[in-house]
Amino acid sequence: MSMDTGALLLGTRKGAWVLGADTWRRSWTISEPMFLGHIAHHVVLDPRDGRTLLMAASTGHLGPTVFRSYDLGETWTEARRPPAFAANDRLERALRAVFWLTPGHADEAGVWYAGGSPQGMFRSDDGGDTWEPLSGWNDHPDWERWAEWPDEGTPDGSMLHSVNIDPRDPAHLYIGLSGGGVFETTDGGTDWKPLNAGSVATFLPDPEPEFGHDPHCVRLHPQRPDRLYQQNHCGIYRMDRPDGRWVRIGDNMPPDVGDIGFPIELHPRDPDTAWVFPMDGTDVWPRTSPDGRPAVYVTRDAGESWARCDNGLPVPAWFTVKRQAMTVDDADPVGVYFGTTSGEVWASTDEGATWDCIAQHLPEIYSVEFAAASAPAS
Amino acid sequence: MNVRIPTPLRSYTDGEAVVSVDGADLTAVFAELDRRFAGIRFRVVDERGRLRPHMKVFVNDEAVRDLSVALAPTDEVTIMQALSGG
Repeated sequence: MSMDTGALLLGTRKGAWVLGADTWRRSWTISEPMFLGHIAHHVVLDPRDGRTLLMAASTGHLGPTVFRSYDLGETWTEARRPPAFAANDRLERALRAVFWLTPGHADEAGVWYAGGSPQGMFRSDDGGDTWEPLSGWNDHPDWERWAEWPDEGTPDGSMLHSVNIDPRDPAHLYIGLSGGGVFETTDGGTDWKPLNAGSVATFLPDPEPEFGHDPHCVRLHPQRPDRLYQQNHCGIYRMDRPDGRWVRIGDNMPPDVGDIGFPIELHPRDPDTAWVFPMDGTDVWPRTSPDGRPAVYVTRDAGESWARCDNGLPVPAWFTVKRQAMTVDDADPVGVYFGTTSGEVWASTDEGATWDCIAQHLPEIYSVEFAAASAPAS
Repeated sequence: MNVRIPTPLRSYTDGEAVVSVDGADLTAVFAELDRRFAGIRFRVVDERGRLRPHMKVFVNDEAVRDLSVALAPTDEVTIMQALSGG
């Protein structure tokens, strides 16, 4: 599989695949399955070297681990010391899954962060080969309250996700807890504070608590790092720092569609543009496409208004898009991609205006990540 | 003693279905397995030293979850996946 033109990395309930594209994103080629039968929660390229892939994996029976590849999935090596809670962990936690992977700051080659279930955080300084628990988070005196311990979590367990790093400061990080809320550190993870004011948690007796929220996906804009977006269990929000209050921009979505969903993706250059994939959050929360009519919605004005993007998508269809399963490329116009719970990958090379199915009949898709074309060998 | 390795773990043992390992108890057996086949232990035993929920270990014909159970050199250990999944 060539990386000359970029690729999509697919993590599924039953393994991982790579979808390679031609230069104009008109023709797609899918790889053979990798780690068939393994749960591939997240497959991510290291943008700092353009060649290292990390995969967060487990199986229904075997414990969690991280695999690494230097050749776009041709060969893989297991981390010598995968993420795990400390041997003397005071809460006697055991990691069930590595759920999320984020490459570290551009100036910190080899640094990676992993989010787990239960909601531990782990750091590698050697490209994902050996991992250490991030003690400032895992052993924070408020962790039990923030992370809903003992784990009552979602049916798949609570999870730490959305590790966002401020491109101006490698010690400034945001994370999302499902459930628990958004949290921020400004000292590299030694201390943390909740960052949930303005967002609601309608599933709690106090709908506006300090923490306890369910941010499904949090994104920081790389060109305007003071701007954050989140797709929450209870709506779509934007925050512009230094203000520490979320504004519910999902109120501007059509009422019959609502503003519930898992993913949110940002335009790589325009901080006012974001894409979401709404799901049905009524009644018993079917978490399917509202009214069986799947659609992406895009805002071009930071959430003041939203436009429906469903040209080419099937009707009726009842799939959902999970929080890691939507991504964008770096082209102009931007390519937007999502993978479905029904095993299809849909692509738009015109920022959502039209959609084509570029892969189908795959297992339930957990993650879709864009892997930029490799830099020429020097 | 012989330790039977299930197919999901044979990527660690270079395909070997049965390996010979010494150990006074299952904790020692898993430590020795991990020394020889790096990474295999954590897939079966968590960081608290507990057998993972859907993994099973038999000593001869008896299912065991307490890894401190003493072993005799003639015992046979079988690692298996529970009948679950989908």
